[in-house]
Amino acid sequence: MDQPAPSSDTAARGLAFEPPGLLELFLAFSKMSLAGFGGVLVWARRAIVDQHRWMTPDEFNEAFALCQLLPGANIVNLAIVFGGRFRGFAGSLAAFLGLLLPPSLIVTTLGVLYSHAGNLPLLQRTLSGIACAAVGLFLAVTVRMMVPLLKRKNPIEIGSMVAVFVAVGLWQAPLVVVLLIALPLSLAVTYLWRKRVAA
Amino acid sequence: MNPGLGTYLNLLWTFGLMSLLAVGGANATLPEMHRVAVDVNHWLTDAQFADMFAIAQFSPGPNVLIVTLIGYQVAGLPGAALTTFAMCGPAGVLAYFVANFFQRASHSFWPTIIQASFVPVSIGLMAAGGYVLAITVDTSLAAVLVTLATALLAAGTRINPLWPLAAAGFLGFMGFV
Repeated sequence: MDQPAPSSDTAARGLAFEPPGLLELFLAFSKMSLAGFGGVLVWARRAIVDQHRWMTPDEFNEAFALCQLLPGANIVNLAIVFGGRFRGFAGSLAAFLGLLLPPSLIVTTLGVLYSHAGNLPLLQRTLSGIACAAVGLFLAVTVRMMVPLLKRKNPIEIGSMVAVFVAVGLWQAPLVVVLLIALPLSLAVTYLWRKRVAA
Repeated sequence: MNPGLGTYLNLLWTFGLMSLLAVGGANATLPEMHRVAVDVNHWLTDAQFADMFAIAQFSPGPNVLIVTLIGYQVAGLPGAALTTFAMCGPAGVLAYFVANFFQRASHSFWPTIIQASFVPVSIGLMAAGGYVLAITVDTSLAAVLVTLATALLAAGTRINPLWPLAAAGFLGFMGFV
């Protein structure tokens, strides 16, 4: 294939020669989104790092860590951060629309079907079966994320996790209230803890 | 279904705010979504909420699209579009500006410490979401078993999540769950 002369920087990092264009961004994010049953992250990493070589593994981890830190759906944030890095605002928009437009059309179609046929006992039974497994998948992801935290055995981390679980899960407290208390408190305690450990 | 302007504004405000509160991703807001949609506004019944969750998990795309289904159920197609926009727009704009800022000022002390303190909160929220969903969905012994089996399978293997979902759907179809 004919390629333009690579810039020494991207070539040195083993990356693609050309940054993705707008249409390419839209299509790439549509593809990973439509492949992603039960989560898009795995497919996003595969496409961005392994297939297209748009980012190194470390760059991807850094970008994703930032997206986890920000509020909102992590993968939606990733599309915006990723698109923006290569093509500015238009790039963000292209990746965002690619990620959300095709699957939201599918999900809306399913919603329309549900509102017409949701009362059919057959469909009702099938959906409740699927829901049981879906909750199982969700619990598995939660446990996977929890394991490194439990292994560190930091009493502050485990304490704030349990406190948030009790407030939101068992007491069903409003999220705004819990976050307004939990986030500053957790931040302050972590800060003090690190200073004490460092000292 | 003939929703008024008030309903649209309520959807916009509710999910726009939720978007900015979704620390740790969309999954962490599931308990809040359940509280707002079922307990506060009575948009959905418990069973409908569980159905929406099942459909969203079974469809391709980000799991945040459960809000599209809730929006459709509350206010039809405009509701679906509006709710999706409200849930992804504000957080997306924030992400755009923060990412631009961080590209210039990377690797400072604050991002790591903020992240370290947010992670336990967000996992606590996810656990709460799992708990709320489990008590909503697992109303029989068979249902509990399906949930546990799927959780073990998904935690222990690299199986494509579509398989346990389809198998459980079939079990439900046959009337076992």
